[in-house]
Amino acid sequence: MAKAVSTRRRLIFTGLAWAIAFVIFFPILWTVLTSFKTEGQAIELPPRFVFFDWTLENYWVVQERSDYIKFAMNSIMLALGSTIFALLLAIPAAWAMAFAPGRRTKDLLMWMLSTKMMPPVGALLPIYLIFRDLGLLDTRGGIIVVLMLLNLPIVVWMLYTYFKEIPGEILEASRMDGASISKELLYVLAPMAVPGIASTLLLNIILAWNEAFWTMALTTKDAAPLTQFIASYSSPEGLFWAKLSAASTMAIAPILVLGWFAQKQLVRGLTFGAVK
Amino acid sequence: MGTITLRNVRKAFGDAVIIPGADLEIRNGEFVVFVGPSGCGKSTLLRLIAGLEDLTSGQILIDGQDVSETPPAKRGLSMVFQSYALYPHMSVRNNIGFGLKMAGLPKAEIDAKVNKAAATLNLTEYLDRKPRQLSGGQRQRVAIGRAIVRQPKGFLFDEPLSNLDAALRVNMRVEIMQLHKDLGATMVYVTHDQVEAMTMADRIVVLNKGNIEQVGSPLELYNNPDSLFVAGFIGSPKMNFLEGNSIGIRPEHIALSSQNGEWPGTVLLAEHLGADTFLHIDAGARGRIVVRASGENPAKPGDAVWMTPDTNRLHRFDKSGMVIRQ
Repeated sequence: MAKAVSTRRRLIFTGLAWAIAFVIFFPILWTVLTSFKTEGQAIELPPRFVFFDWTLENYWVVQERSDYIKFAMNSIMLALGSTIFALLLAIPAAWAMAFAPGRRTKDLLMWMLSTKMMPPVGALLPIYLIFRDLGLLDTRGGIIVVLMLLNLPIVVWMLYTYFKEIPGEILEASRMDGASISKELLYVLAPMAVPGIASTLLLNIILAWNEAFWTMALTTKDAAPLTQFIASYSSPEGLFWAKLSAASTMAIAPILVLGWFAQKQLVRGLTFGAVK
Repeated sequence: MGTITLRNVRKAFGDAVIIPGADLEIRNGEFVVFVGPSGCGKSTLLRLIAGLEDLTSGQILIDGQDVSETPPAKRGLSMVFQSYALYPHMSVRNNIGFGLKMAGLPKAEIDAKVNKAAATLNLTEYLDRKPRQLSGGQRQRVAIGRAIVRQPKGFLFDEPLSNLDAALRVNMRVEIMQLHKDLGATMVYVTHDQVEAMTMADRIVVLNKGNIEQVGSPLELYNNPDSLFVAGFIGSPKMNFLEGNSIGIRPEHIALSSQNGEWPGTVLLAEHLGADTFLHIDAGARGRIVVRASGENPAKPGDAVWMTPDTNRLHRFDKSGMVIRQ
């Protein structure tokens, strides 16, 4: 009897979990479906769920009208560039905070995180002016720096929690063995932290890929990533839902695939330290 | 050579003084054990010698050279950690050879030295394994291998056996003593276990609240403790303290009789160890006294017994806990 109850419970919870997952996933599903409709069917009321005239036309139009590859390349460069840049700065920083903490290290960490609580628009004007004066507007280098700074607190925090899990005695042993700080980082800490660094890298790539506020504000053409690509299908000429959806689908597809394959790493990365 | 000299070594973390000021001379080839209860500063003192902690003031000299500001690797000392601290991502071979690699030795030379160290420690067949594939005792050996391969002036051991089970601990104790004999190198060994200290040390350094209480050979400390603290810490079972801690007598220096003696008492409980019997005796106003009787003693709880202390073996202490020598 007890077993029957538990099976029923399991069924209910599984059903509930699927339902919640479906609700969360629905906007993406709807976008993908809409991308295969004609513009007419896209705004039809009541909307058709699956039984519409499937077409690839939107994708052709989108590709013809704007160069997807160029935007995608920019997205890849910005996401990878800013992530690698952030890691290069964050690994030594997190090392110092984890293994040689000062009296104010905790405060410093909190302060870094607190910068994420500030609405970014508050910093838009000064950064825009600095970029304009330095000639960095619409350059990949400039955006990479902004994205790096934007995600640096999270990267440092994630690495810090990983590094905290590594026993300090191992690093001391390497010091006794004559490793300089750079060799200690390279030969001992980094290899031991590979899983942590990998999930930090993945998460940061996703964050940088999806970042819209700064990329939209500071790029127009040359350095414009996929966020601009999507945006170009909204406003000026009125809304073209089907084409906008096609553009969105193309923009999120790569990161969706990456996220799918990296699920395990990501979940581990986000819960690390919380559950050991 | 491996003479280690501490001159007025002081360590404080902010306002918390860990080592108020220690002076010590460790001779070349000596096996010195730092012993004391947890929190007595023995590990800190070892880490100061290693260079893993900075001195607040004072000097550390190795072979007469001031190394107070020298980084750990340049002091010519090796350390074996309590947790072994092996590099989990490296094979046993690379674990042992890491120090040599950092020193920039050619690969052939590293291989030769690693193989030699592995042979000494019976690790040859495990050279390509990762630390997680080894047992506790094998990991301990790798940690020792990593220490000996650099042919240091001295070895530092930080409670290296405390993670092993009792049987293995006795084996490793013997192995480390054998190693000391073979290498003839200076060894400084930290433990909270006074039995380890007594069995292994040439000289024992007893630490209490960061102060060096007494330095001496195991039997010097056993026979002539300078203070109540040392008297109570060295020896097992513990020394009996009577009359408001002014007199001390070891359990093995009291004669037992069922007929007559100086102090009457009643047996409370008897611990039968086979070779010895420890009797816990209620001695009335004198308090509770532990007596070691050799062999199997027939005394049972409730039995009336008489105790006679060996008066030559009485230790007298003044009010501050220091010994009064006759």
